[in-house]
Amino acid sequence: MSTLTDAPKQGFRLSQLIYDTRYRSITIQVVAMVLMLAGFFWLINNTVQNLANLGKDFDFGFLGNPAGYDINQMLIEYNNQMSHGRAAMVGILNTLLVAFLGCITATILGVIIGVLRLSKNWVVSRLMAVYVEGFRNVPLLLWIVLIMAIVNESMPQPRDFRGDEPAAEMILNDSVAITNRGAYIPRIAFTRSLSGNEPVASADGLTPVASGGIDWLLILGVLATSIFAVRYLRKRADKIQAATGDRPTQWYLELGVLIVPVAIVLLLLGATIVKPYLKGFNFADGIEMSDSLIALWLALSLYTAAFIAEIVRAGIMAISKGQTEAAFALGVQPGRTMRLVILPQAMRVIIPPLISQFLNLTKNSSLAIAVGYMDVRATLGGITINQTGRELEGMLLLGAFYLALSLAISGLMNIYNRSTQLQER
Amino acid sequence: MKTTVFFGALTAAGLAAGMVSAATLDDVKARGSLNCGVTTGLVGFAAPDANGVWTGFDVGVCRAVAAAIFGDPTAVEFIPTTGQTRFTALASGEIDMLARNTTWTFSRDVDLKFEFVGINYYDGQGFMVPKELGVTSAKDLDGATVCIQTGTTTELNLADFFRTNNIEYKPAPIETNAEAQQKYLSGACDVYTTDASGLAATRATFEAPGDHVLLPEIISKEPLGPLVRHGDSEWGDVVRWTLNALITAEELGVTSTNVKELGAAATDNPEVNRLLGTEGELGAMLGLDADWAMNAILAGGNYGELFEKNIGENTPIGLARGLNAKWTEGGLIYSPPFR
Repeated sequence: MSTLTDAPKQGFRLSQLIYDTRYRSITIQVVAMVLMLAGFFWLINNTVQNLANLGKDFDFGFLGNPAGYDINQMLIEYNNQMSHGRAAMVGILNTLLVAFLGCITATILGVIIGVLRLSKNWVVSRLMAVYVEGFRNVPLLLWIVLIMAIVNESMPQPRDFRGDEPAAEMILNDSVAITNRGAYIPRIAFTRSLSGNEPVASADGLTPVASGGIDWLLILGVLATSIFAVRYLRKRADKIQAATGDRPTQWYLELGVLIVPVAIVLLLLGATIVKPYLKGFNFADGIEMSDSLIALWLALSLYTAAFIAEIVRAGIMAISKGQTEAAFALGVQPGRTMRLVILPQAMRVIIPPLISQFLNLTKNSSLAIAVGYMDVRATLGGITINQTGRELEGMLLLGAFYLALSLAISGLMNIYNRSTQLQER
Repeated sequence: MKTTVFFGALTAAGLAAGMVSAATLDDVKARGSLNCGVTTGLVGFAAPDANGVWTGFDVGVCRAVAAAIFGDPTAVEFIPTTGQTRFTALASGEIDMLARNTTWTFSRDVDLKFEFVGINYYDGQGFMVPKELGVTSAKDLDGATVCIQTGTTTELNLADFFRTNNIEYKPAPIETNAEAQQKYLSGACDVYTTDASGLAATRATFEAPGDHVLLPEIISKEPLGPLVRHGDSEWGDVVRWTLNALITAEELGVTSTNVKELGAAATDNPEVNRLLGTEGELGAMLGLDADWAMNAILAGGNYGELFEKNIGENTPIGLARGLNAKWTEGGLIYSPPFR
């Protein structure tokens, strides 16, 4: 029998910090943190010092001062006497608008192209391959500038629409004008508007009409209620089907619930369609989609769609071929197989990389600088900075905005992603 | 202990980095060339010619300053800036001076912390429209789409003009003069507005300049001049007095052809002597050679010569001297005395 004696307890030596694995990781972390803090300290100190040398301070007060400049696309009321902060808001909304429109069109285009690229039809799949490679491998900026140049150079000017024998004519029953300054499309206005402000005489100058936020809120509210009602009807049908095995025919009921209430509200408000018409130098009284919005939107959508197409193709190819074969064996048609069997499974692969594409598209919208689209980079990050000389503050705000927007998009999409993931029990 | 030393060193490094901007003249001399900010291209004022050599009225100022410092008018690095990037470029030290049709305003001088060293062109904002529109006055422009360079004083003046006249317009923001030209000619905007001199210069490059008219309204004062960073008065003096030397030279009849002869020996005009360094120590006071002004004048001629050569009536741009005639001929161009 032997007795085990404890090894003599050694005192802590400094060298253990490096050679002893128990302490080494802590040492490395502490050193890394000190270096990082020092780096931050140096950056901030340097900035403060340099600003002081330039005689500048750090102050966000400029956001409250009158902006003094005009913006050509406003989703909220704005004039040049309002503040820089308000101008930034206008820019933010413009950024959100083009990002939202771009994400939707890019997704639709991307899914269609991705599916078509897998088509057995040689011509179709090759055409799609050319599209994808073409857009993926040429910088986005070039596409934006190219589309802008095409819009500006090849479309007629508003003054071409003038005269007895105009060089250009409006299309779709004289209701849509496509010019090199943008497209003018009809809008809906109300003769008995609830808000009553903003009275506009329409083209013939007879009926005074208006269009206020309250009207649209009312319509949206009614529409939302209708949708809830339709969902309730569907649930009821499900219940009946579960109980009796027969699903009641109710499409006409659903359609009616969806359409009739909105139609009644529209009628009560006296909705009319106001067509754009030539007034002075430009078209007036329709919805104007400016050339820069069109160029940016198209370019962003086409460019991102190429990437989304590849993601969709990868997602579809990730699904075992056995799934298709099984569906075909059951006699399901190819279209329905894709829609009901393949795509729902592929979505689990598609959505995570799709989130990054949405983020890319949103951030790429700041390339609006190339075509003079007044997004937040152009207002807050461009003119405001230039007129006030507050580069640091402006850029910090701009960075914070894009960061918040990206986090919000990725957060929302992740919630959606979780809902499509395989639910394991 | 070591960390303290480390932080101390960092602070010192930060301070040293911060103080670099102070002595611009020394920096320029050490670098061997002047970094001069110009426009991205406005014929007559600053644009590269067919051989890629920058020429123009604003470029002339840059070359004169370089010649004053180095005796060599080609020791300039031209850095094209847009309306939006110019001030950041100057404030960050990327350029030593800016000679770019920049309007001297209160907020730029006081709030943006720049130093305007003088005025080399008295201008005002005007409008250019195609003749076929039949517009004769800027007040008829209600509802027009106006091409406007963003981040400029013209943008603010435009907003003020339309507001005070109670008419509306639609801005079409653009970044550079070339972009404006393309947009305007394609009819994507009805009107182009910028400084009247810029309009004239732009129109001169059109295929059919006669098809476009400048409207009579001049809606603002636009005193254009070179500027430097605030806080380095010695450097400001160099640029200021180089510009003044060009103006004084015209007044005294010193031209690029006779400056060598006049500077060879003292003449009987003491101001010419002081200017050209044959009398007094003006060059040394600036930290430059005695023949600094002579070199500056040799670079592209005196103020009048620069004007005639680049934007004057015999050039395609064809600007009359007008306000920019020297003060003895009823204009505003005036230099403090060399004394």
